[in-house]
Amino acid sequence: MAELLFWPTLLLYGEAAFGYFGYARRAGAAGRAAIWGVRLGWLAQTALLAVQATREGGFPWGTWAGSLNLFVWLVVTVYLGVRRPYRLLGLAVMPLAAALLVVSRAGGGTGTGARSHYSNLFLVLHVGLVLAAFAGFTLAAALSAFYIWQERRLKRREVTILRRQAPSLATLDRLASRAVLFSLPALTLGLAVGLVRLFADGRRVDAVVVATALTWVVWSAYLVLRAARGWSGRRAAYVALAGFALVIVVRLALPAAHFA
Amino acid sequence: MRLVLVGTSHHHAPVELRERVALDRERGSTLAERLADGGGEAVVLSTCNRTELYVAAVDIDAAERAAVAALAELEAEVEPALYRLRDHAAALHLFRVAAGLDSLVPGEGEILGQVRTAHDAGTTRTLLDRVFRQALHAGRKVRAQTAIGETPASVSSAAAALAEQVFGDLDGRSILLVGAGKISEQAARNLLSRRARIAFVANRTLDHAADLAERFGAEPLPLDRLEEHLATADVVVSSTSAPGYVLDAPAVERALRTRRGRQLLLIDLAVPRDLDPAIHELDGCYLYDIDDLEAIVSETLVGRRGEAERAEAIVAAEAEKFREWQASLDVVPAIASLRARAEEIREAELRKAEGLLGRLDESQRNAVEAITSQIVNKLLHLPTVRMKQAAAAADGVIYADAVRHLFGLGEDER
Repeated sequence: MAELLFWPTLLLYGEAAFGYFGYARRAGAAGRAAIWGVRLGWLAQTALLAVQATREGGFPWGTWAGSLNLFVWLVVTVYLGVRRPYRLLGLAVMPLAAALLVVSRAGGGTGTGARSHYSNLFLVLHVGLVLAAFAGFTLAAALSAFYIWQERRLKRREVTILRRQAPSLATLDRLASRAVLFSLPALTLGLAVGLVRLFADGRRVDAVVVATALTWVVWSAYLVLRAARGWSGRRAAYVALAGFALVIVVRLALPAAHFA
Repeated sequence: MRLVLVGTSHHHAPVELRERVALDRERGSTLAERLADGGGEAVVLSTCNRTELYVAAVDIDAAERAAVAALAELEAEVEPALYRLRDHAAALHLFRVAAGLDSLVPGEGEILGQVRTAHDAGTTRTLLDRVFRQALHAGRKVRAQTAIGETPASVSSAAAALAEQVFGDLDGRSILLVGAGKISEQAARNLLSRRARIAFVANRTLDHAADLAERFGAEPLPLDRLEEHLATADVVVSSTSAPGYVLDAPAVERALRTRRGRQLLLIDLAVPRDLDPAIHELDGCYLYDIDDLEAIVSETLVGRRGEAERAEAIVAAEAEKFREWQASLDVVPAIASLRARAEEIREAELRKAEGLLGRLDESQRNAVEAITSQIVNKLLHLPTVRMKQAAAAADGVIYADAVRHLFGLGEDER
């Protein structure tokens, strides 16, 4: 059953990614096809997660690949929530979602039967909150990348700037900061729950915990510098991309260090 | 009733000729009334790019002659520059005009309002009312389904669109105008139409600044106080006749320190330039001069022409719908006569059966009425549909004649 749901999800996300490429070149049918790809793909992935969660082994949140599957779902969910005025953001989000889904499958994260030895409450509070925060940071990074691209077009005085219109600089900047504002508390809480459990079990801090704490520092700096020093626009966008680089490091380090 | 169009436009006549046949709303309305005299219909569409007379009449040749004569009365030399179109071709032309496809700048939006005004001021009945309503529908549809009107077609609208690329919604954004001439005012009006706020007008002559500032509810400033107001402005639009820069990069750099990273868009419409080009290199500053804006406008016009292909398809489909509707008018009298004849027979037969029906109560009589009406309607439904279909395929008149002959319609009058 999970197999039956994985392929439509991947195909629809892939179709959406190609659709957004077409949409970036010319508004019209490609954009409509893309958004339907996102919607139907999201429904298929939601069903996949539901099937995984109801199987005897439970949803594999406790595995890096399973959490990656959930992470992709969260990213697409957040995108669906904000995409109306920023449809072109799908150009950054959907290829990433499709690629990560393939990685998740390669690691066994889209199948069923992988049992986690953690309790559901812990998984929701720790893995769920950290992944939700990472999804928000991914969105913030996508918006920041978009900002840098749009700013470069303005600086280069590209003649196509009004023909291929993107969201305004101010909008991208504001939306990215809001995504961080909502995501940072989730990361803080998720990290705290994980640390409490870690110390309660008498285990030592591993590399992933350190990298996640560093991620927290960078994203906190994003908000602090913005409020205290007026760091917005391009400088804030670069900080966001640095924070996202750490999110990737944490995700890549998970299978080796955290789920071992 | 048939449709004829006589007119001239920027494609056929220079402005010196067009201005002599241009008509304001009142004179256009009077001329339309005159052309529609005797049961016809007429609309005069007169803009800076065209004067067109749309006339619906039974005698289409006479209507065309009258329209040509009316324009020749205004200016005799216009006659060689006139085009004459009829029925479907005239409707298609009007639909293209309403969609902005016949405009100097493809897709310009002003024409749709002008077509609406002409329609309101004209003398219209069934045919012209229908063709103008459908033209307005086609114009709106083209704007909704293509990007032909989305990009700016002038330097001042490009400046306003650029401001939206930086700030998004311009509602409440603060504009600083440098220079109090016509160009500044035009740019300001474009920004105002997008709900920006003209906060300051700076000029070398303070009186001139005060005049323009009063019109926009802004604060007038002398040029030497420009720098101190840069901290609060979002967009600076400059168009003075100063021989050198009125604002240099160090001054802007100083102002940036108090802006806490807020972006600043500077539009330089002056030649020679007012704003130091080095400002563009500063973080968060975007400076566009007249050449940059003209290059952007040229590019957007290329895009508009690309979208025009899609718009033409929409307009052609709408014109085809109109043709079908107009063709169906040929069979409408025959259908109406046929239905009237059938109703006449039904009522006559019911009257003959009065002796029998008299014994029925109210509800039974109503049931008999309903049943006989249903029989007539069902019997005539398919012939009605087929006649309309035949009309759309240009065989309508043959079918209408056949129906009149078979059912003896109109023979009583003879």
